[in-house]
Amino acid sequence: MFNRRQTLGLLAGSAILGMPGVSFAALSGDRRLVFVILRGAMDGLGAAPPWRDPHYAERRGALALEAPGSADGVLDLDGFFGLHPALAPLHARYRQNEMILFHAVATPYRDRSHFDAQDLLENGTTRPRGAADGWLNRALGLMGGGDGRIGLAVGSQVPLLLRGQVPVGSWAPTALPETPPDFMQKVAALWQRDPLLYPALAEGLRAQAMSDDVLGDDKKNMKGGGGRNTPLATYTEAVGRLLAAAEGPRVAVIESGGWDTHSAQGKLTGRLAGNLGGLAQGLEALAKGLGPAWDKTVVLCMTEFGRTVTVNGTGGTDHGTGSAAFMLGGAVRGGRVMADWPGLAAQNLYQGRDLQPTLDARRILKAVLRDHLGLDGRAIDRAVLPGSDGAAPLDGLFRA
Amino acid sequence: MLDSAAIVAANRFGLGARPEEAAIIGRDPRGWLKAQLDGQRATPAALTGFPTATRQAREMLLARAAKGDGGVEENTRRALKEYFAAETGGRLQVAIDSAEPYRERLVHFWSNHFTVSVQRPVVGTMIGGFEREAIRPNILGTFADLLIAVTKHQAMLFYLDNAQSIGPNSIIGQRNRRGLNENLAREILELHTLGVDGGYTQDDVRALAGIITGWGVRGPQQFDTGAFAFQQALHEPGSKVLLGRTFAEDGMEEGEAALRFLAMHPATARHIAFKLARHFVADQPPPALVAKLAGLYLGTGGDLRALCLALVDLPDAWAHSRSKIRTPTEFVLAALRATASTVPPERLVFTMREMGQPTFAAQSPAGWPDTAADWVAPEAMLRRIEWAVSAGRRLPPKLSPVDVAGYAIGEAADSAVHREIAAAPSRAEGFALLFASAEFQRR
Repeated sequence: MFNRRQTLGLLAGSAILGMPGVSFAALSGDRRLVFVILRGAMDGLGAAPPWRDPHYAERRGALALEAPGSADGVLDLDGFFGLHPALAPLHARYRQNEMILFHAVATPYRDRSHFDAQDLLENGTTRPRGAADGWLNRALGLMGGGDGRIGLAVGSQVPLLLRGQVPVGSWAPTALPETPPDFMQKVAALWQRDPLLYPALAEGLRAQAMSDDVLGDDKKNMKGGGGRNTPLATYTEAVGRLLAAAEGPRVAVIESGGWDTHSAQGKLTGRLAGNLGGLAQGLEALAKGLGPAWDKTVVLCMTEFGRTVTVNGTGGTDHGTGSAAFMLGGAVRGGRVMADWPGLAAQNLYQGRDLQPTLDARRILKAVLRDHLGLDGRAIDRAVLPGSDGAAPLDGLFRA
Repeated sequence: MLDSAAIVAANRFGLGARPEEAAIIGRDPRGWLKAQLDGQRATPAALTGFPTATRQAREMLLARAAKGDGGVEENTRRALKEYFAAETGGRLQVAIDSAEPYRERLVHFWSNHFTVSVQRPVVGTMIGGFEREAIRPNILGTFADLLIAVTKHQAMLFYLDNAQSIGPNSIIGQRNRRGLNENLAREILELHTLGVDGGYTQDDVRALAGIITGWGVRGPQQFDTGAFAFQQALHEPGSKVLLGRTFAEDGMEEGEAALRFLAMHPATARHIAFKLARHFVADQPPPALVAKLAGLYLGTGGDLRALCLALVDLPDAWAHSRSKIRTPTEFVLAALRATASTVPPERLVFTMREMGQPTFAAQSPAGWPDTAADWVAPEAMLRRIEWAVSAGRRLPPKLSPVDVAGYAIGEAADSAVHREIAAAPSRAEGFALLFASAEFQRR
């Protein structure tokens, strides 16, 4: 098993490391951020039903859930909005004032391609392919911080959100046995002059050394893959522990898939419910892994757009616009729903079919960047989320 | 040792040289590639024993008729357990054994372009059939024929929900209030033909969705359950306007006409040309090259054989040595081909999952990406090296890493790599060094 000293020995003299005696930077106040990308357009109306909206039951037809109080009813939040029963753990967090629901949220994107919408959500500009790097990587760039690797991509690929100038670590559970150190040394030496591969390898070794230190033998018990289809809860506890560790990362990105419910979406059970349950369990496992660090953590779950208000011909929903987002963590001033609700009356739907977005997603992102991560507002507008001048950060989302 | 041209032929166009190919390729790399594109090929023998997609679809539909969604789930679980690993692993072993790797690479390319994924489990029972029935026979005909075959296949119709899509004004649509599903139409425009910048609108998506209503699968009350069928009762009546062109009401022919129209659209030509150029030349292919291929596409009526022959003649494809990073699948296949390995199917499936590219299990209809930025990541690099060590230990004694390196990376590699391999303390480590080398990550 690699320890940090061996890794540093391997990488000594490489341009990646710079000075020996690595320092691991911390965020101000030792805060943590986890961004969960919900890929495939999560149905916000299914996850967080506006059960008190007079048109909810009619619009949603076969997918409409019962009102709170009945056995299979929505879990009420504030008397108007509720949560799908599969999100019971999030409901508990809400009751503990550790969860905020945002609704009728959307990025500036108004078309219906997953591909383009996710690109925009991650690149942080006003159009798809507007940047080749991610806004969160640009934010990491503003955080400085010595040689520490603050950012962590969970999985074997680095999502666009974390790609960019600032090197980030990546980690995922695997069943493959670890490479013997002396062999790795030979390979590293052979790769040293490869400008594309070597930096990636160096980052991998670094992340591995750190995760070995933190997780030790527990790694062997984890299911392999860590891809977008692996149930979150099988590895999010480990992610929490990495984030909790003194020498670990502080900003992690987790990807969750399977949200594209064009057919057989299901009501109480089925595709959407299954996914929501998996998400809730994954987030609880994350909280468990974080331990006391949960108090300084913000977890933000966002999707690229929502889905049609009415059910389509196959028991599902098609691509839409406004959706919901969840923010939870000990650092969150929760127990609230933040939504400027446009209603589900026909004349209030976007293009006659979708939930009208009334909250620019970037307002949430900016609140996190400014008030939780401590970045300067002007720097955020200039470098992290260019073109977002019209979107003011939401205030008061976090505890002091 | 293979020279650079032979290495390009073997690795960039092929899937990595097998021991018996090494001598042949070097004599006439271009000729070796072009000969693989002649004529038709039967389904590989190793794959002929698997059920057809029609049969899998029939069993699923009968299960649904008998026991509803629970029946479907039960049937799907059983069928996947029985067939998925064997079929998927079998198809990977075919790629390892193939004596026509350029052709096999094209099967994988088009399979990825028209991704169908076990992410929808019920479709997982039909993916093997999809690749054998819709993709393989059509990789070297016209793009229109390939597109139509794919769009009529049960796996695609279920994966993207068209089998249940009903024209709102169709006979059935008027009776019950179920309706249109736009998913397949959108992906045909966005992913399969025009591309995301191809200039279509939401109205075009809806129009195409209407045009292909009725393209579905015969249900259990009918004979030939599970087969593709056009069902007039589900078809949206009336004419539709797609990209400014009017398609008069014409039953199934409407859909075929629309697909042929899309296939020969200039945006489609550019989209396909770009994807091929990206796959065979470089992540950011020269625009002039893409334009040339697009022109050839339009000039030949979308003739894929002509395009694939032209790719072999492109100076750019031979000039940029090692410009492409191997995907995890290409990496593993190349190592197993180089050592003429036979691997149990379940193990192959497991390996691809561990390496981050589970076969037939792409996250979305967009399939797997094709640039270095997508695959060169810290964790992924560690995995490759871990796998190289593990694979090195499992190889038969008769192989020599030095010999294998000669045709796996050849003259394209630094002499330092060959020296290290020769100096390795054990054969296992020699092979591990070869597979873990920077050169081996590229094609």
